[in-house]
Amino acid sequence: MLKLELRHLGALLDALAGQGKVYAPFRQGGRTDFAWYDGTAGRDAAALDLEHHTARAPKDVLFPQVEDLLRFRQQGKKLGLEAAPLPTESVVAFGVRGCDTAGFAILDKVFLQDPADLYYRARRDSLTVLGLACGELEETCFCRTFGLDPAAPGGDVDLWLAGGALYWQARTDKGRRLTEALGAAVPFTDAADTTADTAAGAAADAVPPAVAAQRDAVHASYDRLPLAELRFDDRLYHHEREAFRSPVWESLAATCLTCRTCTYVCPTCHCFDVRDEKTAPGTTERYRCWDSCMDRDFTQMPHGNPRKGKTERFRQRYLHKLVYFPEDHGGTYACTGCGRCLQACPVSLNIVKVEQALAADLGAVGAAPDGKGGAQ
Amino acid sequence: MQKIEDLMRAKAAAVLADGAADCVLAWKRGIFPYDHAPALFRRGDDLADLVYDVFCPANLAKYLLATSRAGERAAVFLKPCDTYGVNQLLKDHRVVRDRILAIGTPCGGMVDVKKLRGAGCGTILAVKDRGDVLTVTTAKGPVTVAKGEVLLRKCLACKGNAYQIADDEIGTPRGTPPAPADRYAEVRTLEGLSPDERFAFWRQELSKCIRCNTCRDVCPACTCEQCVFDHPGSGVDGKAYVDTSQEALFHIIRAFHVAGRCTGCGECGRVCPQGIRLDLLNHKFAKDIDAFFGPCQPGADADSPAPQSTFRFEDPEPEAVTRQDDRRDRHA
Repeated sequence: MLKLELRHLGALLDALAGQGKVYAPFRQGGRTDFAWYDGTAGRDAAALDLEHHTARAPKDVLFPQVEDLLRFRQQGKKLGLEAAPLPTESVVAFGVRGCDTAGFAILDKVFLQDPADLYYRARRDSLTVLGLACGELEETCFCRTFGLDPAAPGGDVDLWLAGGALYWQARTDKGRRLTEALGAAVPFTDAADTTADTAAGAAADAVPPAVAAQRDAVHASYDRLPLAELRFDDRLYHHEREAFRSPVWESLAATCLTCRTCTYVCPTCHCFDVRDEKTAPGTTERYRCWDSCMDRDFTQMPHGNPRKGKTERFRQRYLHKLVYFPEDHGGTYACTGCGRCLQACPVSLNIVKVEQALAADLGAVGAAPDGKGGAQ
Repeated sequence: MQKIEDLMRAKAAAVLADGAADCVLAWKRGIFPYDHAPALFRRGDDLADLVYDVFCPANLAKYLLATSRAGERAAVFLKPCDTYGVNQLLKDHRVVRDRILAIGTPCGGMVDVKKLRGAGCGTILAVKDRGDVLTVTTAKGPVTVAKGEVLLRKCLACKGNAYQIADDEIGTPRGTPPAPADRYAEVRTLEGLSPDERFAFWRQELSKCIRCNTCRDVCPACTCEQCVFDHPGSGVDGKAYVDTSQEALFHIIRAFHVAGRCTGCGECGRVCPQGIRLDLLNHKFAKDIDAFFGPCQPGADADSPAPQSTFRFEDPEPEAVTRQDDRRDRHA
């Protein structure tokens, strides 16, 4: 494990920028969000914020809100087609929490399954993720419900802010390549250099006391969170029909505004729409953009919409995460416990309330066939 | 607030029991101290979950669209500022008066959870309302915060404790409203900027938009059957930007559309997940309408003529706006 004094964070950002575009959390106007590092005010080392959770998930680094796919150009009687170039530029995502790297893994299941989405794969291949262990937790955090560890972010490189320094542990080949490429540009020291007589291999694996203390502290704070013991009820995805027909949907959806906030801040929502827009005389561009099941034209087809109204669309959002996704992906929920929908919903509806209402309604259905109670 | 909450539960139980209402619109207790959700209570529902405290900012007026449409008579708890929205819905002929049982509910200002976090309350575990101060239990121990410091922005522009429409009232006396602030102070600051500076300000604000449409969806004045921005045939049904001017136009068109009907409830500014100052845009329109057509408070009643849809010979010509700008530029 390597160590970097915090005063060198600026140098680290600059060195990372030498390896690719850097996507990092910056604080501006009282809120923190991922943005492209460019050294300008608000997107510089001074604004870098590794403390607060970001208002939105960084999923757009892999799945941009708008992505060009194709351009049609009318040339006389011919129609010219130009595919948008694949996005192969190197990108470094800096400071991604465990709930969000888990979000990337869920997007991978969708976009990389055969046939893989070419644009997503190009972005994924070009991305190196620098995961950041959580320090402060928020009362809305519930990542452990999904077997995640807030102190083990699961990036290509994992970072810990501990004892006034940044600790750096490469975990994958991508992470090791990035670490090597940074080379002397970043004044790393060996985090285990106080034990100079330890064998090199052992030193690399050793967890410095500051990091160990930080992990313990985060685990202890997690235990005190209101949702620390929250488990999702696996019976839901073993009883799709009952979940689908539950009477809870009508009452839960009654006060949903059907805005798109929850779907846009979510690290796992991945529905998209493909649209054509005339951008100049004779030129049309095809792009895809985030869709939202909260949208009235979500899954609108020429014959009409299979989901008639807001209750059906609301149900789609939660069944997708709690039932359909785990059915299709070996019990993995399309939720990582980041807690953003708990904070962002303007009328305080969210996946935890929905799951609890649904599980209570299914109380009479019985245990899951495999006898499991909680999600792991 | 405990006493008011009890009175509200009793009232809800009574109107459901005696058939005065088919359903009750109120707030339902959440998982945390602050995440109470608007909820529709019906006969047989557990009213123990009905909650009322400083974390009930949502304006329930707009839900009357659905209940009224369904032919149900809804009892609705309304804070003073929410009553304006109901009148405006009535004036816009969007709801049926007989299907509404308006219950005035006292309010002393609602708390902004984001401000609470900013005031050193990182992990909020419990909140105790002690009148002028809140005692917040956080992961790091108790924190005492002055309520005035953490009120929602919309409460800083409080219009007072009078109900504009109420068939019934909960509790007496009425709540003590937050100290009235000058709701147009920031608008005047913006007006004092040069056109280029103003353009830069709005460019920056509106460029943050992610087109979640929450401002529209929460707005009691936005009641179209199908919004033009959702209409596939409109040519402007952008789900996302192609260029940033589309976001700017969305907000400007929306502001024009609700001008003269916006009650200034401030919900748009509260709900924006990107923190865009949409309240300022609507306040600017309200201020101009006051100046050009005489004092006007949408939602203060349900039947007075609306300035934007009523022609009077003495109405100013469009040049009035240009003249106003010219004057300001000369002063600048």
